[in-house]
Amino acid sequence: MPDATLRVYRGTPGQPAHFQDFQVPVDEGMVVLDALHWIQAHRAPDLAVRWNCKAAKCGSCSTEINGKPALTCKARLSDFAPGETIVVEPMRTFPLIRDLVTDVSWNYEVNRRIQPFTPPADVPQSEWRWQQQDIERVQEFRKCIECFLCQDVCHVLRSHETDNLFIGPRFLVRAAGLEMHPMDTADRLPFLKDEGGTGYCNITKCCTEVCPEHIKITDNAIIPLKERIADRYYDPFRMIWRRLRGTKAPAPAPAATTKA
Amino acid sequence: MLVAAGFGAFIVYSLFSALIWGPVFNVPYETQGYLSPFFSPLIGQGILPWWFSPAVLILWIPLGFRTTCYYYRKAYYRAYFADPPACAVGEPKLHTGYAMEARFPFILQNLHRVFLYLAFIPLFFLWLDAALSLHHDGHWRLGLGSAILFGNAFLLTGYSFSCHSLRHLVGGRLDCFSCTRRTRVRYSLWRRLTGLNGRHMQWAWLSLFSVGFADLYIRLLATGLFADPALRP
Repeated sequence: MPDATLRVYRGTPGQPAHFQDFQVPVDEGMVVLDALHWIQAHRAPDLAVRWNCKAAKCGSCSTEINGKPALTCKARLSDFAPGETIVVEPMRTFPLIRDLVTDVSWNYEVNRRIQPFTPPADVPQSEWRWQQQDIERVQEFRKCIECFLCQDVCHVLRSHETDNLFIGPRFLVRAAGLEMHPMDTADRLPFLKDEGGTGYCNITKCCTEVCPEHIKITDNAIIPLKERIADRYYDPFRMIWRRLRGTKAPAPAPAATTKA
Repeated sequence: MLVAAGFGAFIVYSLFSALIWGPVFNVPYETQGYLSPFFSPLIGQGILPWWFSPAVLILWIPLGFRTTCYYYRKAYYRAYFADPPACAVGEPKLHTGYAMEARFPFILQNLHRVFLYLAFIPLFFLWLDAALSLHHDGHWRLGLGSAILFGNAFLLTGYSFSCHSLRHLVGGRLDCFSCTRRTRVRYSLWRRLTGLNGRHMQWAWLSLFSVGFADLYIRLLATGLFADPALRP
């Protein structure tokens, strides 16, 4: 097989960055991460690459390959045209640490702002019951490997100064999984509307396009959250109905609790 | 680019047909028992001045429904606002102070469900028009025009029933699908609408095309350019 040409971003903050080309011998089944490991072993031992499982399950090796956010461990060299230069860059949304490694700690700070799973206090865990149909939606969201490719590609975070205004698709997915959980009793809608900035998402579906777990982020998480917010704050008919009934806002839905 | 061209072509055609074709060129919107979907239900006939198109009284509903539709939002934010022009690419410098659907005017997109409720009114009349077109001048017939009107009503029904808001209202807003008999029924409906919703883009484009084509067919029929092929008992 002919060698692959990788053009790899090299640089640290405050220093002029550059791209460095490498010719990498190709074996059958190689992915971009294999090629980066070969470069580390044979050409550039100081190349910084973050990785862990090499099985598309840890979400560590997120980069941008030919301009598209992707996991290096899922990008097969055979998927590129023969002779095509494969450009590997760090995720642009997050601050650079070195070469292909970025600082994604902002995501963990956002995560802490979301109220965690809150089951009913008066129902012991041994009595929790639910059916498969109740939990299917949440299971889709639990596939997330926190690679943060959706955060990287989201133009709201990538192109606009909205770090403190918008939590991004990854955390809208997490919030949706909590809000739709049949045992959860917390009300996160005020947070999602205001601090979470759900209105900042203009549903361009880039997050869905890059998700390596094929979670339908926009259709199944973000739009349902927008609809729940519309239920509470923007639906004039529901507003009138609530006023007629003398309630300010709908009470949180009862949890599935002890249903057999 | 294709999306921008497709939308643009439809907007230009629908404005021409709804506002100009009749009053200026004297081409009727109703002929041989067929009524253009842009004008259904027909309101204010005989009361409105000649220059005022009755389509104006109706078109704001489907226009509002499509403008606030989640699929179209994605499409026109990309095609016309370049916000973003595509995934993982730069944006024009003029995009400062981004707030999109968190502030006026785009916060009004949250009224999509209101237009959904209203959209069922013209949809009902489109089915009625298609059914009434089967009986013309005291005789039954199955004309090409009727087939086009039925096809248009079917595609618009598919578009309306695949709507994200309807999917939410029917069952998506529930946290527990299995709790009661009523929620189990709603879950069943939600699953069916979820299947339709997966092809919302296709329903959106096909119904957009069909409504324009149905109008064009009736207008051209009214000019006498061709006769309506029909089966008659």
